[in-house]
Amino acid sequence: MTLSHYRQEVLALTMRWVRRLSREKFSMVFTLVQPMLFWLIFFGSLFQRAADIQLLQVPNYMSFLAGGVVVMTVLNNGLAGGVDLLFDKENGFLERMISTPIHRTSVIVSRYLFVMTITGMQILIILGIAFAFGVRLATGLPGLAMILALGMLFGIGLTAVSMALAFSVKSHGDFFSMLGFLSLPMIFLSSALVPLSAMPGWMQALAMVNPMTWVINAVRPLMLTGWEAAAPHVALALVILALFDAVCLYGGARAFRRAIG
Amino acid sequence: MSPDAAIDVSNLGKSYGSVTAIRGVSFTVRPGEIFGLLGPNGAGKSTTLRILITVLPPSSGTATVLGHNVTTEADTVRRLIGYVPQERAIDRFLTGREHLELLGNLYHLPRRELRSRIDELLQLVDLGAQADRVAKTYSGGMKRKLDIACGLLPNPRIVFLDEPTLGLDVHSRLRIWEHIRQLRERGITIVMTTNYLDEADRLCDRLAILDGGVVRAIGSPMELKAGVGGDSVSLTIGDRDADVLHRLRDGVMALPFVRDARPTSTGLDIRAESPEKSLPAVLDVAHRLNCRVEGIEYHRPRLDDVFVAHTGHAIKGEYPDDGEA
Repeated sequence: MTLSHYRQEVLALTMRWVRRLSREKFSMVFTLVQPMLFWLIFFGSLFQRAADIQLLQVPNYMSFLAGGVVVMTVLNNGLAGGVDLLFDKENGFLERMISTPIHRTSVIVSRYLFVMTITGMQILIILGIAFAFGVRLATGLPGLAMILALGMLFGIGLTAVSMALAFSVKSHGDFFSMLGFLSLPMIFLSSALVPLSAMPGWMQALAMVNPMTWVINAVRPLMLTGWEAAAPHVALALVILALFDAVCLYGGARAFRRAIG
Repeated sequence: MSPDAAIDVSNLGKSYGSVTAIRGVSFTVRPGEIFGLLGPNGAGKSTTLRILITVLPPSSGTATVLGHNVTTEADTVRRLIGYVPQERAIDRFLTGREHLELLGNLYHLPRRELRSRIDELLQLVDLGAQADRVAKTYSGGMKRKLDIACGLLPNPRIVFLDEPTLGLDVHSRLRIWEHIRQLRERGITIVMTTNYLDEADRLCDRLAILDGGVVRAIGSPMELKAGVGGDSVSLTIGDRDADVLHRLRDGVMALPFVRDARPTSTGLDIRAESPEKSLPAVLDVAHRLNCRVEGIEYHRPRLDDVFVAHTGHAIKGEYPDDGEA
């Protein structure tokens, strides 16, 4: 296995994901548009009046929500990251791929490249929409890079969880019920929609063990306040994400090895 | 182990927890032949095939493909073989050409060589006109042709096919058989699974009959049929009662040309060496016992007889027309 072989197979596999997405126009539009349309614009406008600006400590609800929507997008993309591999496993395409002399990791790496690229693009679009609604990035371009980096780091662990599930479940029904079970509670039991201080005590406790909360708490000051306020939160988020990714990648690697050697 | 075997399988076993998929499976595939793994669903055909193509590690035993061990030299084996999975293993959003391009890159073929090879293969399986349509518009037969082209892409010396004609209409089946024979003419060794007796009979040079995870018989269809011994005579008896049938069986068994006789739900199945001599004698016995013979069916041994003789039961879903189509 030479590096050029590895590059050749990873590139070809990644192109396959891109082609699939581009052929599913309907699904592509919904994937790209859903988070900003539904969460940012609808949810943001809907709760503008209900939100207690005092408590949020930001000029309006949408600017508060934008950071949450960025991380929610990472969450949804990450958790859905294994879906295509699940279908490949079920219809035998995965077996066809691994009967060729490829390095086993190239399937995984191609999936990561694809999911991360899509997620990055979506984050940029969401921030663009937020910008149009008057949200200015307090930390400028370096802050933008940091937001992307945090999103990627969170996405790595989530995608690993999703792929591990895809390789382990017996049927895709199980997969999607688990996904539904994970996704909404992770959103509501985090600081995505309301600050922790607005939650009842038990919810706060649950939100504190949700890694998503810590990522959002770092992204939000990067967007709204500035480096000084953001730095400690960013540092904490990086540590938590390092741990989170380590655990998820370990579990993912085990599931992967069990499934396809 | 014979050094010039294309594939050598020795005492292969695979179990999942307490469930045994195959055990003690041994056979040899000769270079250039079409070797069939015949058996009903769940017999262990696919398990055996998947071990040979290195995607499933065996629990016990060894298998070598062109002299390379499938577990310790998996990467070498993967470069030497082509695999044609069941038709579902197609990405409906990719075109035929894109499938071949993707696989070509997974086999690390250089770009220029890949392009000409793809054109050649599309020509070979007669899919040139549809090459740039997405696979969801393909018929079952076209998908199968694409599968075969994919299996041939690495220019393999051995091609493995999993149920190559499952669910195809009669016309497409014949086309696929033709393609498989063409591969043999090009010197490629073929290993295929099937649960169609007629396919095994007409297409395969040699067969291993699997049932319950065990090899029950190995040989060419002709050898296997000859091994059953004698032709088959089925009597349909009216007014059958167990006692009469029993006496009829005993009477028939006593005849010199008769090898075997077993009662069925409609009468009696007899295996006899020379029916022109045995048949009158059989009818004579029936007449003496006052059995009303309503029908006589006679045929040369078929692969179904071989299957029943070795497994004790009939294979299910022999022909695509009954049941599945």
